[in-house]
Amino acid sequence: MSMILEMHDICKDYPMGKSVLHVLNNIDLSVEQGEYLAIMGPSGSGKTTLMNVIGCLDTPTSGSYLLDGVDVAGCSDNKLADIRNKKIGFVFQSFNLLPKMTALDNVALPLLYQGVKRKERRERAAEALEMVGLGDRMNFKQNQMSGGQCQRVAIARAMAINPGILLADEPTGALDSVSGAAVMDLFHQIHERGTTIIMITHDRSIAEHADRIVHIRDGILTGGEFDA
Amino acid sequence: MLENIGLSFQGIWNHKTRSLLTMLGIIIGIAAIITIVSTIKGTNDQIKQNLIGSGNNVVTVTIKSTNDSYVDLEYGPRPEGVGVVDDEVIEGLLEIENLDAASSYVSRSWANGVYYKNTAFEGGINGIDRNYFSVQGYRLNYGRMFVDDDFKQHKKVVIIDTKAMRSVFDGADPLGAIMEFMGEPFTVVGVVENTSKSNVVINSVNDYYTYTDSSGGTVFMPIDTWSVCYKYDEPRTVVVKASSTDEMTTVGDAAANYLTGAVITGSQYQYKADNLLEQASELQALSQSTSQQLIWIAGISLLVGGIGVMNIMLVSVSERTREIGLKKAIGAKKRRILGQFLTEAAVLTSLGGLLGVLSGIGLAKLLSNVIGTPAAISVPSCVIAVVFSMVIGIVFGLIPAVKAARLNPIEALRRD
Repeated sequence: MSMILEMHDICKDYPMGKSVLHVLNNIDLSVEQGEYLAIMGPSGSGKTTLMNVIGCLDTPTSGSYLLDGVDVAGCSDNKLADIRNKKIGFVFQSFNLLPKMTALDNVALPLLYQGVKRKERRERAAEALEMVGLGDRMNFKQNQMSGGQCQRVAIARAMAINPGILLADEPTGALDSVSGAAVMDLFHQIHERGTTIIMITHDRSIAEHADRIVHIRDGILTGGEFDA
Repeated sequence: MLENIGLSFQGIWNHKTRSLLTMLGIIIGIAAIITIVSTIKGTNDQIKQNLIGSGNNVVTVTIKSTNDSYVDLEYGPRPEGVGVVDDEVIEGLLEIENLDAASSYVSRSWANGVYYKNTAFEGGINGIDRNYFSVQGYRLNYGRMFVDDDFKQHKKVVIIDTKAMRSVFDGADPLGAIMEFMGEPFTVVGVVENTSKSNVVINSVNDYYTYTDSSGGTVFMPIDTWSVCYKYDEPRTVVVKASSTDEMTTVGDAAANYLTGAVITGSQYQYKADNLLEQASELQALSQSTSQQLIWIAGISLLVGGIGVMNIMLVSVSERTREIGLKKAIGAKKRRILGQFLTEAAVLTSLGGLLGVLSGIGLAKLLSNVIGTPAAISVPSCVIAVVFSMVIGIVFGLIPAVKAARLNPIEALRRD
């Protein structure tokens, strides 16, 4: 199995006045192509920072990070935007849909940034919405949909670009248990189709959906327990 | 780009009231400028038209002294060294390029000793050659024009203009009537009207004195008959007709040079062309200078409007921090965010400019109806106004757009 993500010795420091806050300490993490990984940790553990680094929203202070064979550590802002655009599908706790756009336009947005033509954009966005079971909600806006539906639109947006990694930050955090379970089911389907999923959560029952769980505490990554 | 413009319109529509208030400064500024510019242009067009006469293109060439002292062309003999502008000289004038026609005449602005029955005629009298009426743009209303025999045989016939008809005949039929010129009986054979000066627009008392003579009209007799009743062979004034308004100055100067060479000996006198274009531009400059200061004041309103746009765009950027963060997270580059906000600002102000142009045109028309100031819409200035508003949007949208483009996506997404 090839590795889609390889991190060695990743550190992230924030200067705090005269002292330095070490948020990530010598993180080593490898993720195989097609793996379903959960990163668990309490708040303040550095898991959000780790997600930002994985998602190329932030660059590490030191260490090496290969994403799909590309060294991300030294990339410019524009290059990082490109990588996010093509390789990372983000799913956020609070959906982050654009409220004035329809579901279809929301899903098509990353394709717009890829420079895909309008017609193809709409086709691929519609396909992604069908995949998450919202084929009949394409022209709905955020305020016309339930939380679970909004999160599925967000997942469709992440999947429309065929990402290397689906990166989810507390994807069920804002949902009731029924909608949460539906989202987890969807993740399973996506995983079975071969997409790599990395999910960040503090909820053990959610994390257990993954193949492997790693724990982060005080910026140090531990474990690697393999689940079912 | 098109996508951005579409989204901008949507954004403006979503915040109708706010957008309108933001645009208001631009709308008022542009409307004021368009109103002023339209009024200036209207006034200028009118000055030019009134002075030059639309489509007539006639330049008057008169004798002037070379040292700028006044030359009396009336009630006296030709000054020494000034020859007669006869038919031969007129023929020579026609050689000048772009000169379509030429005519010479003598005149007295107050005709003494002219009566019809017991009524004294109080107007001007011109002794004219064959071409005068056609060059000056007169139309025959009643009777006949002068014919060759009138000139050759020194016939005692006159043609009067409509003004003279009204002042002397007071409704009676003038044709065939006998008028007395210095005791000599003359027969009225025709009534003419100047078609080129009938469209002078009078808006004020000043205009009235500028563009009309208040006399009782003009009567015309063949120039060859002039000496029958007036003893002097007065110096002749020449009118030439240029092929176009733009050629008037050159044709007038060329004619003046030719005439000076042909009929004047010595250096005391010369023929000089009235420069109507120069007169027009002097009058225009007068009306323009005051209005131009108004444009600067209106420009301040545009500046204030631009600052208003910047203010609202800054608010908009703060409000939409999460949207910007998300867009950057899913791959929008700085350039795209910058473009989005610049487009929004430019669309907003262009729309404001467009509304400003429309209200400016409306206001100019309204003013011209109510106060009577002429208004002429200049299409280039409308286009410039809209483009200029767009530039205002881009200039004042720059700071908010750069701020948006520089947002850190992590912090922007965290913001609520």
